[in-house]
Amino acid sequence: MPPRAIKTTRSASNDGSSKSPRSPAITPRTARANRVKSREARKAPPPPKEESESEGEGESESESESESERGSESESEEDVEGGSDDEGSESESEEEEAQAVKARRTGGFTDENAKWLKPSSKKRAEEESDDDDSENGTEDDSDDSEQSEDDEDRSEDDDEFAGLDGNDSEDDGDMEQDDSEDDSEDDSESSSEDELLPIERKALKEDARRVKEKEDARAEQLETNIQDDDTYHLPDEDDDDSVPDLSAIQMRIQEIVRVLKDFKNRRETGKSRNDYVERLVADLATYYGYNSFLIRYFLDTFSVEETMELLEANEQQRPVTIRTNTLKVRRRELAESLINRGVNLDPVGKWSKVGLIVYDSRVPIGATPEYMAGQYILQSASSFLPCMALAPQEGERVLDMAAAPGGKTTYLAALMRNTGMIFANEYQKKRLTSLVANLQRLGCTNAIVCNYDGRALPKVIGHVDRVLLDAPCSGTGVIAKDSSVKTGKSAEDIAKCAHLQKELLVAAIDCCDANSKTGGYVVYSTCSIAVEENEAVVDYILRKRDVKIVSSGLEFGRKGFTSYRGKNFHPSVEHARRFYPHVHNMDGFFVCKLKKLSNRTVPTSNDTFDEKRAALESGYFGGAHDGDARVDDANADVASEKDQAIEAKKRKRVPGYVKAALAEVGAGSAKKTKTAVSSRSLPPDKKNAKKDKKSKGKK
Amino acid sequence: MRPLEESELEQVLAKLFTFVGKNIETVLQRSDAPHSLRLHKKRVYYVRDDVLKRATSVGRDELVALGTCLGKFTHSDKFRLTIGALDLLAAHAKHKMWVKPTSEMGFMYGNHLLKSGLGRISENVAANAGVVIYSMADVPIGFAVASKSTQDCRKLDPSAIVAYHLADVGEYLRAEDSFVQGKKD
Repeated sequence: MPPRAIKTTRSASNDGSSKSPRSPAITPRTARANRVKSREARKAPPPPKEESESEGEGESESESESESERGSESESEEDVEGGSDDEGSESESEEEEAQAVKARRTGGFTDENAKWLKPSSKKRAEEESDDDDSENGTEDDSDDSEQSEDDEDRSEDDDEFAGLDGNDSEDDGDMEQDDSEDDSEDDSESSSEDELLPIERKALKEDARRVKEKEDARAEQLETNIQDDDTYHLPDEDDDDSVPDLSAIQMRIQEIVRVLKDFKNRRETGKSRNDYVERLVADLATYYGYNSFLIRYFLDTFSVEETMELLEANEQQRPVTIRTNTLKVRRRELAESLINRGVNLDPVGKWSKVGLIVYDSRVPIGATPEYMAGQYILQSASSFLPCMALAPQEGERVLDMAAAPGGKTTYLAALMRNTGMIFANEYQKKRLTSLVANLQRLGCTNAIVCNYDGRALPKVIGHVDRVLLDAPCSGTGVIAKDSSVKTGKSAEDIAKCAHLQKELLVAAIDCCDANSKTGGYVVYSTCSIAVEENEAVVDYILRKRDVKIVSSGLEFGRKGFTSYRGKNFHPSVEHARRFYPHVHNMDGFFVCKLKKLSNRTVPTSNDTFDEKRAALESGYFGGAHDGDARVDDANADVASEKDQAIEAKKRKRVPGYVKAALAEVGAGSAKKTKTAVSSRSLPPDKKNAKKDKKSKGKK
Repeated sequence: MRPLEESELEQVLAKLFTFVGKNIETVLQRSDAPHSLRLHKKRVYYVRDDVLKRATSVGRDELVALGTCLGKFTHSDKFRLTIGALDLLAAHAKHKMWVKPTSEMGFMYGNHLLKSGLGRISENVAANAGVVIYSMADVPIGFAVASKSTQDCRKLDPSAIVAYHLADVGEYLRAEDSFVQGKKD
């Protein structure tokens, strides 16, 4: 019977794929799908349920054509199967006859496909179809309804199959049950048709067979388009503002993730990876409440499994961590007094001597007498890292360019034991109160709090030994803390942030004194996991200032990306450290430590030059020039008229190292670089740069 | 930012004197590093001199705070110590009171200290002297003015006030806005 035929061919094809690698040529499945498609195309629109009578007459020549086609295709299927399994279906005379005819026409095939491969008997049936239709219309109808029921069963089976994929034995059992049911129905029919002539009976059977064939084709279509059913109907429901079924979506997400894990073997034929990914993006966005941009961004940055882990981690709050204020108390003493208040805590880890994780507490942890007395501060574990990386020494001058609410600043003060001095800058006026309050509470007496735009700081402060820039960012690493990031961020936001970060980092490096005896370091950090805001910014600064990336001294964390989606960064970017919620159980974070080599504003030292030239050949220089223009523009905005003129001159002048590099590398590779530049996707903030230029021109 | 004028300095020192007594000399002339008093936006800051020197480069409008904030001048130009001065006062305090754990929070919510909450008191506290308030774990939590001398305190009934509240560390939470010059100033 048809269902069995489907079943066996399918399992056979599965077996084939598992045993031997599939040939790149047309697989039985694709062949069948194509066939179904072609048939559909010929007799579009697809048949409604009450199609029988007119259909029977209408499809004459074309039907037989398709039959012959099928015959040849069935051969190929047989080849895959190796003709091994024998179904032992009821061998009726016509079938045998049909088989014989078939064999004569196309060569040998086993009888398992006999049911749906009977062109000769069909031809005969068509001659008598007129009579049959008039006589057996009602029966046909009933048949149809039965078929549709069967069909439903089958589609259910298919669903199951899609879900389990590999429980062949179970499915087989179901199928066989179906078959037996079908058989019994056939028998009852034939008993009621005793008065009919044998030829009429044949015709009747032929009709039933034909209907079944159609259903079969539909079932196949269902089977091949099972993803379609899931894929392309549900979004419509979503569009209708109906409440999305979260459990169904979750199931589908799991299913797609499973397929994507082993795409080669688990994919549905005719579906590209992109189809799956698009579906996954939409589902994840619905399920976790993100906008699709962010989901897509995560999927671009991480593997599918890691993205899932990240999204799950973003649903969980990170553990509450506090930092002991070593200016006032030791960690052991603090832990004791907090435990006495009914706080359950533990050291945050080997990597920090001042951090404590708070599991639960009987008292509000942000309002204990110890807290108010400034013995500790609530601070996420990730924000310890840039301070540890900066490692300020006693007596140094340090600048914190974006200080509020003072967690990092007070940590720096504690590391310096209130010696030296700290410039704590904060641009947002409303955040100044928390900064000042925290500085006072924790007893930080070496700080100067100021309220500048970070980009203007080099002109105000002059040179300091170390600079900490915890740059304002899109916050894609702290989604657990601030869920508005889920929907509120777009590519433009990230581009804007990246632009500001580049400006701030330029300013930070200009504030730093390369000739400092103890320092000359800049630490750049963000609470974002977007590459544009992290590696790309650092890579940019390597081209813009005479700095190198040094190890941050943090013993854990992932390495920074040296390449991302076709962009190659400077190899030393791997010294930067990335931290993830799902890996390190702290906020997503990026830390990079830079050592300033000289106070010049262009990198001209020789070793970096060689690196740059090598990089130039590999096309890593792309987009440098418009980038230069961008930040110069930004700086010029801040600067006075005079400075603007100087800046403009600078901008016109191509940096010496670029000229030299181009000359040395030669015309050929220069061309290559150009093509590399043009072929690379434009940075999203290029628009802004253009705008800046325009506005510049107006001035 | 400017040095304090004579009259201002007098007021500030007078206030400090009630808390630290003769220790005021060590406060003003520290052996480890010279410190100075500066007035900025009606607030008095106690700053190390090298920090002070660098702070001169910061513009008046942009400078928010520096060093330790001791207190501020009110609209009527009276000087008032703020909680920022606590560390300095605690380091040199002459008179101290210790608060029982049960009434710690009461004091930290801005209430006066009652006799019932008084755990310990240092000797020779005069009436109306400035006292630094400690928790029983020796953590400074604010300062106040003693209502009675040490001897008189012993005789008081439990519900009587022994110290009038001036400032407490709870202000860091409940009055965060008061640390930066706002609309009120």
